[in-house]
Amino acid sequence: MKTCLVVDDSRVIRKVARRILEDLSFRVEEAGDGSEALSFCRSSMPDAILLDWNMPVMNGIDFLRHLRADPGGDRPVVVFCTTENDISAIAQAIESGANEYIMKPFDSEIVQSKFAEVGLVAPV
Amino acid sequence: MKPADFEFVSTMVRERSGLVLSADKTYLVESRLAPIARKDGFASIDDLISAIRVRRDAKLIDAVVDAMTTNETFFFRDKTPFDIFEQSILPELVARKRGGTIKVWCAAASTGQEPYSLAMIAEAMGPKLGGCKLEILGTDISERCLEKAKAGMYTQFEVQRGLPVQMLLKHFKKEGDAWKIDDRLKTNIRYRTMNLLDDFRALGKFDVIFCRNVLIYFDMPTKKMVLERMAQQVEGPGYLLLGAAETVLGVTDSFKPVAGSRGLYVQDPSKLGAKAAA
Repeated sequence: MKTCLVVDDSRVIRKVARRILEDLSFRVEEAGDGSEALSFCRSSMPDAILLDWNMPVMNGIDFLRHLRADPGGDRPVVVFCTTENDISAIAQAIESGANEYIMKPFDSEIVQSKFAEVGLVAPV
Repeated sequence: MKPADFEFVSTMVRERSGLVLSADKTYLVESRLAPIARKDGFASIDDLISAIRVRRDAKLIDAVVDAMTTNETFFFRDKTPFDIFEQSILPELVARKRGGTIKVWCAAASTGQEPYSLAMIAEAMGPKLGGCKLEILGTDISERCLEKAKAGMYTQFEVQRGLPVQMLLKHFKKEGDAWKIDDRLKTNIRYRTMNLLDDFRALGKFDVIFCRNVLIYFDMPTKKMVLERMAQQVEGPGYLLLGAAETVLGVTDSFKPVAGSRGLYVQDPSKLGAKAAA
């Protein structure tokens, strides 16, 4: 079973994402900000990360840059999941090492479609 | 909804679009006609249908047929047909055409996601097209859908279904809340309102026809009639791509399945074999 770390400061969003990802057969772990997520990854690297952008303590982009610089940090597939929806923000995320990008609001169909895009689940 | 009214609507829809509505679709007809009745100021669906019976108002009839057709589509829907197009069909046509024009017909173009997906593939292939030009015709029974296709404006939800983010960055610009497709991709696509039950010989000949998720709504004689007329519109031999739940088998032998490529059919495989061997 693949592990997906859901990084979001909203408990509600984490809960919604957890339900969708568990339906897609992921074991789900949660982190409330980038710093918590980084600690989690440094002890146990997940297969996938669903990553919010704007969070307290450490935001998604800073987390991603730290992660990609870490040993083994190139391995997880990172899918942003954020209300940021400007072209420049998306481009910045991809340049910083994100594999896919979801603009909120999202539903299970979008998550499945994007996860299929990066080979995490079977095509829709 | 009275059974006689359902019968009236389903006959009208079948005659005009080929779409078959079985009696178990009553709820669907009701749920799709209610907004039309409301919008046009009728007190109920019954009143709307009575008005159509009496006045035969073309605009109302079009609205009803349009409401009953399914326009569900998204970028790179089902993925496989697009992989086949990129990896098998285009290389074969590029070798055969030697710098000519490759003509594709999207016979149920809906809101444009299929033709635009094909245009994105062609653009990404660049020099591998060997100077060939891709020309796409998108037709659909729904003028409303084609208007959207022409505008090339999509919602945030639509650009997240099937479209890889790199393609979004490459081919779209944000305009307010909407995403607008690159004008460059529009250059080689034309759109035209077209009912598959009508004579389509005037469209000319094509190398490839995408006709996905349309035939499933037709009855057997209509499927056969449409497929056999499509076989007349391709040459070379030409290709046909059907939806995942559709087949020519048991319907017509004017197209043959291509082994190993699900959903792909060719007009005359013996000719294709001879050409490949030559």
